[in-house]
Amino acid sequence: MELTGAEIFVECLKAEGVDTIFGYPGGAVLFIYDALYKAAEDINHILVRHEQGAVHAAEGYAKSTNRPGVVLVTSGPGATNAVTGIADAYMDSVPLVVFTGQVPRPLIGNDAFQEVDIVGISRPCVKHNFLVTDVRELATTIKKAFYIASTGRPGPVLVDIPKDITQMRCEFGYPDSIAIRSYNPTVKGNRRQIRRAIDLMLEAKQPMLYTGGGVILSGAAEALTSLTHRLGFPITNTLMGLGGYPATDPQFVGMLGMHGTFEANNAMHHSDLVIAIGARFDDRVTGNIEKFCPYAKVIHVDIDPASISKNVKVDVPIVGDVKGVLIDMLAELDERGVSPDPANTADWWQQINEWRKTDCLHYEQDDTSIRAQYVVEKLWEVTGGDAYVCSDVGQHQMWAAQFYRFDRPNRWINSGGLGTMGFGLPAAMGVQIAHPEDTVACITGDGSIQMCIQELGTCMQYQLPVKVISLNNGYLGMVRQWQEFFYQKRYAMSYMEALPDFVKLAEAYGHVGMRIEKPADVEGALREAMAMKNRLVFMDFITKREGNVYPMVPAGAGQNEMILV
Amino acid sequence: MTAMSTAKRHVISILMENESGALSRVAGLFSARGYNIESLTVAPTEDRSLSRLTLVTSGSDEIIEQIMKQLHKLIDVVKLMDLNEYAHIEREMMLVKVDTQKAGAHERVKHVSDIFRARIIDVGEKTYTVEATGSHDKLDAFLKVLGGELRIIEVVRSGSMGIARGSASLNL
Repeated sequence: MELTGAEIFVECLKAEGVDTIFGYPGGAVLFIYDALYKAAEDINHILVRHEQGAVHAAEGYAKSTNRPGVVLVTSGPGATNAVTGIADAYMDSVPLVVFTGQVPRPLIGNDAFQEVDIVGISRPCVKHNFLVTDVRELATTIKKAFYIASTGRPGPVLVDIPKDITQMRCEFGYPDSIAIRSYNPTVKGNRRQIRRAIDLMLEAKQPMLYTGGGVILSGAAEALTSLTHRLGFPITNTLMGLGGYPATDPQFVGMLGMHGTFEANNAMHHSDLVIAIGARFDDRVTGNIEKFCPYAKVIHVDIDPASISKNVKVDVPIVGDVKGVLIDMLAELDERGVSPDPANTADWWQQINEWRKTDCLHYEQDDTSIRAQYVVEKLWEVTGGDAYVCSDVGQHQMWAAQFYRFDRPNRWINSGGLGTMGFGLPAAMGVQIAHPEDTVACITGDGSIQMCIQELGTCMQYQLPVKVISLNNGYLGMVRQWQEFFYQKRYAMSYMEALPDFVKLAEAYGHVGMRIEKPADVEGALREAMAMKNRLVFMDFITKREGNVYPMVPAGAGQNEMILV
Repeated sequence: MTAMSTAKRHVISILMENESGALSRVAGLFSARGYNIESLTVAPTEDRSLSRLTLVTSGSDEIIEQIMKQLHKLIDVVKLMDLNEYAHIEREMMLVKVDTQKAGAHERVKHVSDIFRARIIDVGEKTYTVEATGSHDKLDAFLKVLGGELRIIEVVRSGSMGIARGSASLNL
């Protein structure tokens, strides 16, 4: 059957099982929008208010479902506005397929209206990208894009489609499968290396499991929990890995890294065997790399060979899909009929429990001002620990990570690698669309929320009952904290003068707004808001002005050199 | 962490899809990650769907390992090989235009070219143009000797190409 490029685009999405796309129309994609109009029953298009919001929403959709998020924007500014979101997805390995319109082929290179070389601009921050130059290659290119985005180490793939191609006709057939000769990710972990890893685990006296976002992406939370219980070792999660292991489980020692717990960071520092699983030894985890884990042998499981021995020399590299490798490790233990002797690690656990007594996340909630930590703890209680929690970037993000104890994967949706302020609200939209019946909270700050606040309009259009938890201290809190610690309290540009009245702002968009100023009102307000199942509620919590995130590993310090209070 | 090993020069051969943008992915990777490129040469192979690229870089063992992994991660890269891991041959071509107005210049160019097995490929009123091939070092030496007495007007170098000796090869 002969179809236009625009119709082929729609048929390809249907064939990929795409039910939702996030986008914004414009000149170069008008034929595609016309085709989508006719296919509205099959594909739900969410109209955002800014293209950055479309990409973050698709990220939220993808991170909460492990299915690729799909974005459609126009050429020129539509494409450049999407770049921040694409870079964000690249850093956090989020499977996305981003379609950008392009000017018609004869105009490419002519500085045409709304022309930009988005393939060139996005090249360093995509897993791969394509410019479609022939309508007969459109379907195969889309197939490749979904395949590349969602296999191996996931990531964003951009497909740039010139307008004339969307109008041209050709015979349509969607390939059932695709093989790319230059792209064959290693999925199965090497048996010999897995055996070596098990040998080390059986001998270890001070082992640490250090797991990251790869566990979530691989759908390996269950396998990780089984293996961790079987091993009896302490486990820490990275910021991206939270929820990959139940935070309320006694073997969990908290998050590690710059704002990780005293026990997690000390245990890493003193460990004799670090078992890194789907984590990449990011600088926010390692601190000063020269001082990192000085006594440990390192086992590293990752699907991306380039992540192995990039920052830290690895003794046992295992390239493969995390879930498969963990299952193989369990099978190896079964085959040998052994588990590590708990006596091996008895002293180690005693030491860890000593460190735990420091109670490094302790804070006091007095009756003068609301502590951000208290709001997050109450949110955890009120939502039964089972909400989807999206976050923006800054102090509130760290408090959310420290105090909302995630027991399940795909529940914690944040911008880890790129640290994109403005991520939270649009991401929450994407999550809410994927999970209409569930509670979705967006923990944000007075700075971050203003970076994509226009998406309150989208939430109104599609009746998305996101619960916005604004931890408003009137500062760019994390910037201010660094200025307090390292720049002698010279608060350069970290003060948000002229904040809007968020309650009125929310109401102006047709939502419910609340301002909460007293500690005693926190829990009640949360309960009241959560009871409004069908409404977006913007909760503006006026919190302690100069609160700090503790503990903190200052830049350049070793993991065990923490500021505690 | 063990101390970084010292930087060494490496010749890396890459087979990649002969598609527009593929080369800029390789070049972009090097600039984005702060790796150095000494030379880079590229042309389609006998299989027109593939390009072969020879890239000369330098770095510690750890950096070279990362470079190989990052290159491999590029979707357009089909296969690659660090020629330093094999006995290999390295060749570069150079075209040199020399000012021959000085007395005895013609004989001098001819004499040096003979020694280096270079060929004079163009004779002008005031210039000779010489074609030389060889390793990077040999060409450096040739230029040094020639330029010692005569004025070099222009130099064009292709960048190094390499191939493994014996049966080791980089193909599909």
